[in-house]
Amino acid sequence: MAGMTSQQELIDTIAGFALFADLTSPQLEGVVHTFEETAFAEGDRVLRQGLSGSGFFVIVDGEAVILVDGEERARLGRGDFFGEVSILLQEPPIADVVATRPLRCLMLAGPRVEAFLVEHPRVMFRMLQAQARRLRAANRWRS
Amino acid sequence: MAELSAAADRDRPFPPGDYPVLVIGSGPGGLQASYSLRKLGVAHAVISADSSPGGMFRRWPFFQRLLSWTKPHAPVPRSVRAYERYDWNSLLGDEPETRALQAERMDGTSYFPSRPEMEANLAAFAGRAEIAVRYDCRWTSTRIEEGADGRRFVVETTDGVYRAEALIVAVGVAEPSTPPGPGMEFARHYADVSPAETYAGKCVFIIGKQNSGFELANGLLPWARQLVLSSPSPTRLSVDTRSLVGVRARYVQPYEDHALGGGVVILDAATERVERIDDGASPLAVHVRPTGGGEDLRFEVDEVIAATGFVCPLLDLPDIGVTTVGASRLPTQTAWWESTTVPGIFFAGTIGQGAKGLQRHGMPSNSGAVHGARYNARLLAGRVASTRFGVEMPRPALMPEGIVDFIATELSAAPDLWHQRGYLARVVTLDPALGPIDDGVQPLSHVLDTGGPDALAITLEADGSGAIYPVLYTRHRGAVTERALEPDALLRYDGADARRAIAEVVDALLSGSAPG
Repeated sequence: MAGMTSQQELIDTIAGFALFADLTSPQLEGVVHTFEETAFAEGDRVLRQGLSGSGFFVIVDGEAVILVDGEERARLGRGDFFGEVSILLQEPPIADVVATRPLRCLMLAGPRVEAFLVEHPRVMFRMLQAQARRLRAANRWRS
Repeated sequence: MAELSAAADRDRPFPPGDYPVLVIGSGPGGLQASYSLRKLGVAHAVISADSSPGGMFRRWPFFQRLLSWTKPHAPVPRSVRAYERYDWNSLLGDEPETRALQAERMDGTSYFPSRPEMEANLAAFAGRAEIAVRYDCRWTSTRIEEGADGRRFVVETTDGVYRAEALIVAVGVAEPSTPPGPGMEFARHYADVSPAETYAGKCVFIIGKQNSGFELANGLLPWARQLVLSSPSPTRLSVDTRSLVGVRARYVQPYEDHALGGGVVILDAATERVERIDDGASPLAVHVRPTGGGEDLRFEVDEVIAATGFVCPLLDLPDIGVTTVGASRLPTQTAWWESTTVPGIFFAGTIGQGAKGLQRHGMPSNSGAVHGARYNARLLAGRVASTRFGVEMPRPALMPEGIVDFIATELSAAPDLWHQRGYLARVVTLDPALGPIDDGVQPLSHVLDTGGPDALAITLEADGSGAIYPVLYTRHRGAVTERALEPDALLRYDGADARRAIAEVVDALLSGSAPG
C-alpha cells in the first residue's frame, strides 16, 4: 500500500466505486473534502459490536472482516461500505469490523450521514441498491 | 574567534552520539515530552532546527493572536490541577514555578494570548524547567541500523550523527501545502502572505474555508475591496459542531458579512484553474465549479491565496516505512502515538492528531491543539519509559469504599479527561493480586481493544448536541459495556445523582457481576 494518497488519486479511486458512480467530478471532490480519510493497522477494530456512536466507512484500500460474537461472517474490500445500518437505525453495531491488513477508509461521522444522503440522492439510491442485494442474498440463504 | 566559537559549541547540549531516546523539535510537543521523560529518569537528547523554543508559535498565527484561550481568572486557583481546564496554553509542570505560566504573561486585552505572549510562555517553561535543547541543529536524514544489540535509528543532522533506540518526532504540521492544479503557481500560500495593509483596495480570492482561510479573511476585512472564499465542502462552524471542527468563533465575522449581504462571497466549489490575464483590469482569473451543480464561475481578482493547510515535515521517514494518511500527511499511529508501521518512532505535539481514537459521534480528539497534545506527550513519555526502559509506572491501590469518590472527583476536575474527551480515560483495574488500583490515564481505544482483568474506564464525552457527559466503560470477563450518565446542565458530575449511577457500576465491578 502506498504511504500516501494524494487528494486527486483519492478522487480518481472513489470515482470507480458503485456508491459514487453517479457523481460529477466537483461532487466527488466535495465527497473527499467532506469525508475524512482514516487508516487502520492490521488487527485494529473499526466498528465495535454493541458500542454506540460509530461512523459510516467506505473502504478505499485494504480488507476488513465482519465478526459477530467473534465469528467471521463476511469480508469487505475496496469500494465496500459499512456502518450505515447502525446509523440509519440509531442502534449500536451488531458486529465488530476488524482490519485484516492495513486498511484505508473514507469516514463520515454518524450525525452527518442523513444530511449527506439527502443532499446526494444518487448516493442514497446506490446505497439502497446495495442493501437490496444484501437482502436478496440473505433471503436466498434462508430459503 | 574560531576558538571562541568552538568553545561555545562545546557548551551546547547533546553533541552528536548515542542516546536512548532522541526528541526532535522544540515546540510545545518536544518541550513537554522532554520534561516528562526527565521526570521518569529516561535519558534523552533534544535537537531543534530552530534557534529558540516555541515551535510554530515563534511565527504563527499570521494575525498574531491564538485561537486557544487561557482564563487568567478562573473558578479555581492557578496552583491546582483543575485550573488546567481553563488554561489551554500552558505546559504541564509539577513544580509551582513551571505550572500555569501563560496567565501571568497576558496583558488583559483578550483571553486569547497574543502570539508573543504564547512564545514567552513556552520560553519561560523551557527556562524554568531547564529543558536542554541543542538548537540550530537540523535533522537531515534517517535510517535504521540493525545491530547485535537491537535496532537503532540513525539520525543525521547538520551537527553530526545521532543514534537512538526510540525517536520522538515533534516537528509540527508545519510545511505549507498547496494542492497541484493548473495555475496554482499564481497562488500565494498562507505562509507567504504579505502584511494586511498591502491588500488595501484589492480583490482577494482565498482557496480554503478552514480556520486559516477565515483567519485571513477576517484580518483582511478592513483592507480588501472584495473577498471570495471557496472550497468544495460547506463551511462548518465550531459553535455548530461543538468541537474544534469548523471555523472558530473568533473568525466567523466574514461568514456573518456573507450571510447579511455585506459583500463577502463564500462558495462551495472546486477550483478548476487559475490563469493570468494580460490585458484585464485585474491580473488573475479563477475558474471554479460549484459542487452543488450550476454554472461554472469565473472571478477576476488581484490576488489568490491558498489557505490549503500544512503537511507534516516528515523528511525521509516515509522511505523507512512510516505510512501517512490524509491531506496533512499525518503518520498513521497507534493509540499511544507510535508509528503503526515502524515501531520505535513516536509522535508528540500536533502530529499526534493522526491517532484518531474512537471519534464517537464524530467528535475528534483535541490532540491537534496544545491543550490536548500536552497530555498526550506526558503519557507518551510514560509509555516509552515503561515499555522500553523498564520504568514502573505508579499504580496506587484504591480502597473499595473510596472508588466512587475518586471517580466523581475525576469527572468534575480532571483536566485531561475534559480536554481529551472521548480519547483519554481514567482507568480503575481490578488487579487479581492487588485488588482495585488506579491504573492512570490511558487512551480509551487501548483499554477497549486490549484484553485484561476486569476494569472500569471513565471518560467525558460529547455527541455534538451540546451536552458533555461522563461515560463509564466496564470490561467484564473481556467484554465491554458502556453506560453514559445523564448530562448535567452545570457540568457537575460529583453530585448525588451521578454518584448513585457511578456506585451501581462500581458495585458490579467489585462484586464480579455483569454490569446492569
